[in-house]
Amino acid sequence: MFRRLPDGQATVPVTIDGRPFTARAGDSVAATLFAAGVSACRTTPVSGAARGPFCMMGVCFDCLVTIDGRPNQQGCLVAVADGMRIERQSGARIAADTPLGQS
Amino acid sequence: MNLASSCDVAVVGAGAAGLAAATECARCGLATVVFDEQQAAGGQIYRAITTTPLKDRTVLGVDYWHGEGLVGEFARAGATHVPGSTVWAVTRSDDGFEIGVSHDGVARLVQAKQVILATGALERPFPIPGWTLPGVMTAGAAQLLLKTSGLVPEGRVVLAGTGPLLFLVAAQLARVGGRIDCLLDTTPRGQWRSAAAHAVDFLRSPYFAKGLSILRDARRAARIVGRVQQLEALGTDSLQRVRFVAGGRSEELPADLLLLHQGVVPNINLSNAIGCEHRWDDAQLAFVPVVDGWGASSVAGVTIAGDGAGIAGARAAEARGRLAGLHAAHALGKLEAAARDRAAAAAQAELARFTRGRAFVDAMYRPAEALRIPSGETIVCRCEEITAQQVIDTVKLGCTGPNQMKSFLRCGMGPCQGRLCGLTVTELIARERNVPPGEVGHYRLRFPVKPITLGELAALPQTEEAVKAVVRIGKAH
Amino acid sequence: MAREFDVAVVGGGLVGGAIAYGLARLGRRTALLDEGDIAYRASRGNFGLVWVQGKGLGLAPYGNWTQRAARLAPELARSLLQETGIDVSLEQPGGLHVCLSEAEMDSRVATLTRLVEQPGFERYAFEVLDRAALAARLPGIGPGVVGATYCALDGHVNPLRLLRALHAAFVKLGGEYLPLHKAQRIERRNGRFVVSAGTGEIGAAQVVLTAGLGNAVLGPPLGLRAMVRPQRGQVIVLERVRRFLAYPMATIRQTDEGTVLIGDSQDESGFNESLSTSISATQAERALRIFPGLRDARVNRTWAALRVMSPDGFPIYEQSASHPGAFLVTCHSGVTLAGAHAFDLAPRIVAGELGADMKPFSAERLNVQKAA
Repeated sequence: MFRRLPDGQATVPVTIDGRPFTARAGDSVAATLFAAGVSACRTTPVSGAARGPFCMMGVCFDCLVTIDGRPNQQGCLVAVADGMRIERQSGARIAADTPLGQS
Repeated sequence: MNLASSCDVAVVGAGAAGLAAATECARCGLATVVFDEQQAAGGQIYRAITTTPLKDRTVLGVDYWHGEGLVGEFARAGATHVPGSTVWAVTRSDDGFEIGVSHDGVARLVQAKQVILATGALERPFPIPGWTLPGVMTAGAAQLLLKTSGLVPEGRVVLAGTGPLLFLVAAQLARVGGRIDCLLDTTPRGQWRSAAAHAVDFLRSPYFAKGLSILRDARRAARIVGRVQQLEALGTDSLQRVRFVAGGRSEELPADLLLLHQGVVPNINLSNAIGCEHRWDDAQLAFVPVVDGWGASSVAGVTIAGDGAGIAGARAAEARGRLAGLHAAHALGKLEAAARDRAAAAAQAELARFTRGRAFVDAMYRPAEALRIPSGETIVCRCEEITAQQVIDTVKLGCTGPNQMKSFLRCGMGPCQGRLCGLTVTELIARERNVPPGEVGHYRLRFPVKPITLGELAALPQTEEAVKAVVRIGKAH
Repeated sequence: MAREFDVAVVGGGLVGGAIAYGLARLGRRTALLDEGDIAYRASRGNFGLVWVQGKGLGLAPYGNWTQRAARLAPELARSLLQETGIDVSLEQPGGLHVCLSEAEMDSRVATLTRLVEQPGFERYAFEVLDRAALAARLPGIGPGVVGATYCALDGHVNPLRLLRALHAAFVKLGGEYLPLHKAQRIERRNGRFVVSAGTGEIGAAQVVLTAGLGNAVLGPPLGLRAMVRPQRGQVIVLERVRRFLAYPMATIRQTDEGTVLIGDSQDESGFNESLSTSISATQAERALRIFPGLRDARVNRTWAALRVMSPDGFPIYEQSASHPGAFLVTCHSGVTLAGAHAFDLAPRIVAGELGADMKPFSAERLNVQKAA
């Protein structure tokens, strides 16, 4: 979906869903996902529909991903960092310290 | 980041208007702080101006690179820039205002005597069936990926919509060898007639020559289909095809990426939540804050500059930023009225020069009603997944406005806080009720205008009255 | 030329909506008058509790009326679902009032004990849970929590959906909903009531004032004392969280949609709907002491709404002596009392007589209090 214009910028190692990926220094997490060929970064809490970044400027909230274990981060506003763990997320967040799936 | 707890002027937004305003304030000796969400100055139009990998200046063009001088001037002026900071509240305090700002995961309260809002614009919603599919994004988003990261769309790429930015993006993508399968022009048939009234101003404006060259580059890049009236994005979990109707004929294109654009509108969430008065601008089909020639809003001490006060482009935004800065300096006693007026003359001339021709652009590229106001199962509120039919049915039940609509359907209650659905909901209700959008009104926003975490909120100061209001020992309920 | 009805209900919030629904069910030709999009609307600011515990200290009949309403809530939910297809998500698993200090705990237990021991109060059981007992029911409870009182009669509902369902059912049953009809003046003319509202007039044999803070203006010309004042309450709304909270709490509940609401505050600042950041901070900090795991959950919005508060905090149900057929209803628990309003109060209005057992709720008691 996107190809990179090479520019000799430094690289930053990150993981996407556990898989290593070489990101470009200065790129946002959302841009990094596109560079890695990932267009859907989450499923919605309302219906489970797949969504990906839409506006790239912080207003649409569709680019939400889990970064270093913290869910619902706007990927377009966070720059990649060395060793960053980027994970796609599904549905609503989980309240920390509580058992999953309690009804 | 060592953030001072108070300043003379707080500027929200480091785009063209914010940078210019802060530069003027700082030069007048005011302690000025600029808060901005992005990692570097430039806002959206000059996004990544200090870091873009596109070093060949012919790609992004001379209008973009104008921002370099502006950013440089700001850097030397002596204002404080806080990148990566999100302003979520602006409330009145004894000395002026209390700004709630979140930075590095910590929320702080900063006092300011004057506030200049330069929150810019965002793209108008483009609610077509399937617009929420991965693979569909705004043309501006694709432009940002190009500017910030040197990413070029590949595969089957379709652009759709109307307005100068759409053609600019097509031209810029072409300049880097990006392949565009098709550009679907949704500019309504015959619209140039209503625009013709403003043609003379347009011909005399800086936009005319620029426009011609952009259109020429865009035409070389893609097959352009004109008079597109209907548009749909199709696919199961991601975009697979685009269907459109033009000249009465329906056609389907396989597609991996659909870039939508039908103009930009002011980002009014913060000015709305502060309580500034807004009015419906029918030429721009948007709510704009009510401001005077300096940008002063209906709330004393709050000045609004740039596209956030009404769409007029980057150079006009810069001029209005300077005027807002001079106004603040005068309000704080650093500049006598006569000196302020003298200093303002150049900016006022710039403003006149760069607003000339806008009326033509507004009229020429006025987005079609059918593509602004959806029907049926098309999603209106992306966050809460509310459809057009649900909104229409609720109007039929007697719901008269967007705030009641919000409480009936939850539309507008998601994290984007109505940025991507507000105008659509207002226009939907207006059409159902057969009244003007100005009469229907807009969502009433409350703080925080951008989400902050509970932990951040919990760490803010608690007054004695607040504790008494919350902890009620001895009361039954 | 006035349009004629059996009853005009003035004010389309939860109180007016429930009463109007009840009247429509009984076959009365009813008009429900409402303002426009921007109005004080306490009903948009409701937390959603159907709450029994703690209610009625100082007026035992109120505690009993509240229990009656809670018992009627399931029937209301069922009827609305049947009539409109809207599920108001009523859940009554019992509720918790959490205490964050020994002082709070002692005070709470003493208050509830005094409450249920009042003469004429229909006693119900409540449990006093220490930290261990509470943690067994609610894993994830914070270390600062000292305990809670639990009452099996408590529950919660989706208040916005309840309002929507009441409106929808009312219309379906033949009721006439009139938005943009803010009542300016009500007078009696030729043996009936005439409401000047919007651009015209509405005529009705009976009129019920449920206009919240507006009752203070509309009531007196009809011989009805309103004596209400605005009391600000603030609520924090968090994003959706995967279900972790099975019981509603007095100050925290998780909605059926997964969002988390944090309340509640009470302060007297007049007709002031602006937000106090400090109050939000206090509420947030206490909520985190209860559930530390919510630290990173995002606040999507906060709002302030004005409760309609009588001098003693108890409802006023009044029928006019000077203008028979005119009634006034005001309370700040429109959600909790909805079932009673729809199924118990509406028939009394149809009968034209509130009944002796509603006397304790008349505004008379406030004169007595004032004199005392």
